[in-house]
Amino acid sequence: MVNIVEQPEGHEGQGFFATSMDKAIGLARANSLWPLPFATSCCGIEFMATMSANYDLARFGSERLSFTPRQCDLLMVMGTISKKLGPVLKQVYDQMAEPKWVLSVGACACTGGIFDTYSVLQGIDKIIPVDVYVPGCPPRPEQIIEGLMKIQELAKNESLRRRNSDEYQKMLESYNIETTK
Amino acid sequence: MENSTIQDITSSIESKFPNCVITTDSYGMSNIVCSRESIIDLVGHLKHDLGFGFLTDICGAHYPLSENQEFQVVYHIHNLYKNVRLRLKVNLATADLAIPTMVNLFPAANWMERETFDFYGIIFEGHPDLRRILNMEDMDYHPLRKEYALEDETRSDKKDSFFGR
Repeated sequence: MVNIVEQPEGHEGQGFFATSMDKAIGLARANSLWPLPFATSCCGIEFMATMSANYDLARFGSERLSFTPRQCDLLMVMGTISKKLGPVLKQVYDQMAEPKWVLSVGACACTGGIFDTYSVLQGIDKIIPVDVYVPGCPPRPEQIIEGLMKIQELAKNESLRRRNSDEYQKMLESYNIETTK
Repeated sequence: MENSTIQDITSSIESKFPNCVITTDSYGMSNIVCSRESIIDLVGHLKHDLGFGFLTDICGAHYPLSENQEFQVVYHIHNLYKNVRLRLKVNLATADLAIPTMVNLFPAANWMERETFDFYGIIFEGHPDLRRILNMEDMDYHPLRKEYALEDETRSDKKDSFFGR
């Protein structure tokens, strides 16, 4: 039998298995992340390699790319984001439903990279919160996969109440993102 | 490209526009420096009488040290029949950064002039829609002027030494 994912901790008996909601939901979320690729440059090419047969992101339950933010759990920002594109990226983030995660791929998305200039946003974390940074110029597909696995870890272990906590709401407010509360 | 073609063109320009200065650069391309009062007439003459039907590019340049001609608008124009290119330059002073638009001669000038305005703040008089084209609408300066730092002010994790400064 192929062991697709590890069974979470819980109590097992004849004909039943009991675990907590946190773990069951975390397991489901982590293994069916729907990425929204926001690819603007060469990191996007590496992402295409990551998606295709050699590296095969589908192994992690993420083969279903979605090009509407409303269906997505994971915003993957890959490439240089100019200041003019900044509001667009923020709007895409706003349109995603909670829970959502952000993976910043490559030096440009993380810090502006070599483009230390008037037209380039100096890191997407100036406008939206980022969960995992993948460094590199561009990073290899292995690195992108590791970034995705880190996001999976976050999704798996996140408390179900985290998104309602004051701390989380304050973090969103610090980015001037409207909160639902 | 035959020399006689170039000579025909330059002599035609010299007779009609005696104030233009025509030189040849080291690559054999002709440069014409003219005043902003005569640029539209000159380009009209080139287009209608000399077959220069293609406006390749309009761009700006900033030479902060040359007094009273700190800015320059550069036009590249191409005769597709004879494969002759010309470079036209108009010098402008910081105090009076205005030049007539070329939209009526070449509709393609519209976006090129908007770009030149965006990056240098040069006003193209008579332009139908002179607003920024590439930069953020709310940007409050013209970034390719040599009076601003190239570096971004919001950078927080970059050291000059890593960028050769």
